[in-house]
Amino acid sequence: MNKSDRIPYLLIAPSAIFLILLFVWPLAETAILAFRGSDGGFTMRHVNKMLGDNNFSMALKNTMILVAIIVPVQICISLAMAMMLQKMEKGRTTYLYIWTIPLGVSDLAAGIAWLAIFTDRGYFNTLLNGVGWVDGPVTWLSYQSPMALFICVIIAEIWRATSIVLVILVSGVQLIPKEYAEAAEVFGASPWKRFWHVTLPLLKPSLQSALILRTVLAFEVFAVVYALAGRDLPVLVGEAYNWQGAYQNTNVASAYALFILAISIAATLVYLIALRTKRETLS
Amino acid sequence: MNKNLRLIYIFATILAICWLIPIYLITISAFSPKDAATAWPKSLFPTSLTLETMRYFFGASGIWGAVGNSVAVAAITMALSLALGAPAGYALARFDFKGQNIYRLLVVMTRAFPLAILALPLVTRFINVGLYDTWLGVALVHTALALPFSILVSSSLFMGIPRELEEAAWTLGCTKVQAFMKIVMPIALPGMAATMIFSFVISWNEVFAASVMTVNNRTLTAALFSSLQESPMYFKFAGGFFLILPSLIFIFVVRKYLFSMWGIANR
Repeated sequence: MNKSDRIPYLLIAPSAIFLILLFVWPLAETAILAFRGSDGGFTMRHVNKMLGDNNFSMALKNTMILVAIIVPVQICISLAMAMMLQKMEKGRTTYLYIWTIPLGVSDLAAGIAWLAIFTDRGYFNTLLNGVGWVDGPVTWLSYQSPMALFICVIIAEIWRATSIVLVILVSGVQLIPKEYAEAAEVFGASPWKRFWHVTLPLLKPSLQSALILRTVLAFEVFAVVYALAGRDLPVLVGEAYNWQGAYQNTNVASAYALFILAISIAATLVYLIALRTKRETLS
Repeated sequence: MNKNLRLIYIFATILAICWLIPIYLITISAFSPKDAATAWPKSLFPTSLTLETMRYFFGASGIWGAVGNSVAVAAITMALSLALGAPAGYALARFDFKGQNIYRLLVVMTRAFPLAILALPLVTRFINVGLYDTWLGVALVHTALALPFSILVSSSLFMGIPRELEEAAWTLGCTKVQAFMKIVMPIALPGMAATMIFSFVISWNEVFAASVMTVNNRTLTAALFSSLQESPMYFKFAGGFFLILPSLIFIFVVRKYLFSMWGIANR
């Protein structure tokens, strides 16, 4: 190997070593921690402890419901936003700026902002009170009203994390040549048909990226839920946090981490297969 | 303006207002007197603007320390992800080498993994080597979150700079390092700055890893998060507002790069 062949390897080496130390290795160690008994042998004890825990099934159910509602709604809202932006003649950048503000807002801060709205003596109740729908403060954020609690968390998450989907879809829309839609228009396709048969199929790669990224992140929903609901609404990452922090049991926490990883990978594979783009349909 | 377009603007404006409402309300909550946080009914317009709540927040013990920790951790994250990410991005943009697909896969894969949660086994390791509860320890985990992004974006930035510019500098007698520093870097600088700001914000906002990696040297998110159950409403509102503040500036500064950053980072 001569000297110039070595340059790219020297350039990637630091980051490759870093990723191995802080991603590949912890990943392997998480798997080991989740399955290793105190004697060093293989055990299902930690996994069974996780599965047998009262909060596990609740946390799993809650996380799944949140993901199943939040992700599709976010995709729809972002698609609508991207289409509106495409049609706009002026003010495009202003709308884009406003709609992407939550991109930089942490989940904790978003949870607190919506707490100011949905708490008993918050702005939402003030509004309802003002139009006469409620009489005095109503408690929404409690396990006694699970439906309302869910809706509050869902609204907060939709507000916080739709912008990332929007950014991915807008970058995707920019790559679609205008000629396609124009050609379809010449042949008499209605706006709805143009969207359904031209724009949407061409947007598939971006939709796939957005769905994968958003779903994986949605499985990690955590701080928003804690800020709004405390422990009244258990979610998977919250349980991992409790086992690590409050119960001081890294093994069960690792089992949770591994479980979250498994469903993330499963979801990614589903999207990769369901939305695969056949070579001949493109270009 | 035709009817459809007007409808689009009406709809878009309603959405924009919905998007701004939480920001507006947390802002007036943070600048209202302390007892306004539990007042009923609320007024949608601030009756009296005051720094009382914010002053109380920053007066609470450990908050300035936590802000300092957050800034330090985010600064280290920013520096590390640039130092590790930019050379890798340059290699991906300019060289064809064996194994680059495996490397690319490693980088892209990290995006589909719940990285912060995989940091759990690192807690024990960090305790053993003295990195637990330190700035560097948290920053290392945050760099793992920001690095894939930094690599992919800087690679796309370098790809956008014609190779001929560099070659011209070489023929004029520049060394490769000089050509890089004097030709490539100035062109890539604004984009790199946007990427660095993004790394900063990733770290500034991160809750899970920061919470499990610290006890005494809490970052601001970790400090706020761990006190959620017992802290009063006005304290949370002030903290929430202060957490949001940098992101407002951040989006404004990087808005030009947002789409090229994500557009290419997702290929």
